[in-house]
Amino acid sequence: MSWLIRGARVLGGEPTDLLLDDERIADVGRRISSRGATVTDADGLLALPGLVDLHTHLREPGREDAETVETGTQAAALGGFTAVHAMANTDPVADTAGVVEQVWRLGREAGYADVRPVGAVTMDLAGERLAELGAMTDSAATVRVFSDDGRCVSDAVLMRRALEYVKAFDGVIAQHAQEPRLTEGAQMNEGELAGRLGLRGWPSVAEEAIVARDVLLAAHVQSRLHVCHVSTRGSVEIIRLAKERGFPVTAEVTPHHLALTEDLAATYDPRYKVNPPLRRADDVAALRVGLADGTIDAVATDHAPHPVEDKDCEWDAAAFGMLGLETALSVVQETMVDTGLLDWAGVADRMSARPARIGRCDGSHGRPLAAGESANLVLVDPAASRVIDSRELASLSRNTPYEGMTLPGRVVATFLRGRPTVLDGKLA
Amino acid sequence: MKDHLLSAADLSRDDAILVLDTSAEMAQLTEGRSVKKLPTLRGRAVVNLFFEDSTRTRTSFELAAKRLSADVVNFSAKGSSVSKGESLKDTALTLEAMGADCVVVRHWASGAPHRLAYSGWIRSSVVNAGDGTHEHPTQAILDAYTLRKHLGSVDGRRITIVGDVLHSRVARSNVLLLATLGAEVTLVAPPTLLPVGVEHWPCQTSYDLDSVLVKADAVMMLRVQRERMNAAFFPSAREYSRRYGLDARRFALLPDDAVVLHPGPMNRGMEITAEVADSDRSVIVEQVTNGVYVRMAVLYLLLAGGRE
Repeated sequence: MSWLIRGARVLGGEPTDLLLDDERIADVGRRISSRGATVTDADGLLALPGLVDLHTHLREPGREDAETVETGTQAAALGGFTAVHAMANTDPVADTAGVVEQVWRLGREAGYADVRPVGAVTMDLAGERLAELGAMTDSAATVRVFSDDGRCVSDAVLMRRALEYVKAFDGVIAQHAQEPRLTEGAQMNEGELAGRLGLRGWPSVAEEAIVARDVLLAAHVQSRLHVCHVSTRGSVEIIRLAKERGFPVTAEVTPHHLALTEDLAATYDPRYKVNPPLRRADDVAALRVGLADGTIDAVATDHAPHPVEDKDCEWDAAAFGMLGLETALSVVQETMVDTGLLDWAGVADRMSARPARIGRCDGSHGRPLAAGESANLVLVDPAASRVIDSRELASLSRNTPYEGMTLPGRVVATFLRGRPTVLDGKLA
Repeated sequence: MKDHLLSAADLSRDDAILVLDTSAEMAQLTEGRSVKKLPTLRGRAVVNLFFEDSTRTRTSFELAAKRLSADVVNFSAKGSSVSKGESLKDTALTLEAMGADCVVVRHWASGAPHRLAYSGWIRSSVVNAGDGTHEHPTQAILDAYTLRKHLGSVDGRRITIVGDVLHSRVARSNVLLLATLGAEVTLVAPPTLLPVGVEHWPCQTSYDLDSVLVKADAVMMLRVQRERMNAAFFPSAREYSRRYGLDARRFALLPDDAVVLHPGPMNRGMEITAEVADSDRSVIVEQVTNGVYVRMAVLYLLLAGGRE
């Protein structure tokens, strides 16, 4: 089946038509003849390449009460994503070829977005022995990103070896930068507010110390380091310096760290409990500037579904994490586009092209919207706005920090290899 | 006053003076009487919900509620973050279904009373009887009450609080309440036991106890757990008490009419020597007595006073 999209503004440019045929973009231009294609009117809508998330928790296998590959990729499609990288901290952990292939296959069967499994760096995320990184790479899942996310590879020797080892197959180590001893029992950003609320602090230095060590290790062994969910001004500065020196380093920031601050913790509502924690307005400002100037390569959601009972409790007892897939683009529009920091071409670069390149998505994602490319794209109405209602989310979980907030923009349609996964803002 | 007492910051200066005056009335009405009971809260149910052991505080609240003729239920729900057992929410719903008018809660998690008060689980008043390392507002009120009794007024008085401020809910509540009442508070501790951001608190800080004591109208010694030395907060119990303990030599530095407080339970020989704890300027035992009056006043104002 072929689709003709009429009058979409590609990357915010002049209205143009896009013909999608046989999984590819067949033609881009003015007044393309429909030639039997289904026509969809995109007047006033933006066309962006399908978004790519480097950091998604799909929870399957193991926590199907929180999310499944199917519901998680449905949420992804509704958020405009055509590919997601599924983090390894499942149960069992994705530390073998068997588990990553299972997750990859579940993604294929669901068909809402390409699922690129992330392999664990160490067996069972224990930080002791390397997992079989090569076997995961050679599996059907073709893993290129490895991460113990949720835990830091804190052992410097193990981190060095992991970085060295993945050079053999162009892999990347995605580090959850958190010095474990400095953050034992940590609950929120360390600072005046944490002291007042009596919540154990998670100091910026615990992130920055690991980022500093790792960029030096990456330079030393000349292998690719990716820094997950950068949350502090200091980390941005270290990464900026590393890039100036030509170190092989990339980084991501989450939508919630671009939008929200630690002040929300004063409610003691665990909806706002996340790791790394929400920081101060000064950090938020630095993260936005870092994303705008390219120091930070990508926006990654760190979509972290949790069942109600893990959030409807005391702050200390609650799980860390927030939903992100279905609100990411809106949050980026509000914090980066509507503030003038990034244009839509910039959004496409940070949410599609660069993450696809970091994840080595094989030329099918993160490509320009041009004839001959894979037909992965999203149509967005930037003039729309919506009130976030967690009951309307496709995710199995409800832990969005944006409940009741009005956010700009709406995903109208998402196409995965020429086939709509979302039409009229609903799953197709 | 607000519907709940969760933080000492919930009390305006007028509120705080009202609670202190009401406490004094409670003392007058019960002291020296053979029948200490008042009929004020007859038919009202007060639940003591304790997720953490505290015989002193629970007993104090229990006695306060009983002296006001309230029905008192003690609900001990000991649990840790690891073995959660029944959730806070389910416990709250159970208490609500039983018709509790006031829940007095002690919890290991900072903010748990706040969750009880504002999550929509229950409608009753919530009194924070100590939550994690956050606050313990009734302790601060009883300390202020004790200080007022001995110093005449708290306004303009110099109060020194010494010890493990970082982990102390008593210190947090005291700083807030004493500042509201116009006192000049100085926290004294090794730098490791002062919270990050303490420079924004309404008080002074010092690392040197001797220089602060000579000007103090009162000194409050906080409990310091020996185990803290294993987490490198200080090198040894000996070194801690040499630098921050209140012994006879330091006691002699205090002005003649200064008093010594301690929220209990004391580590004799650690933060305070037996000699000082038992001296005639120690008001530690009296703090316990005053605790009952203060808690009577709080329950009265929340359940009978504020809502009439």
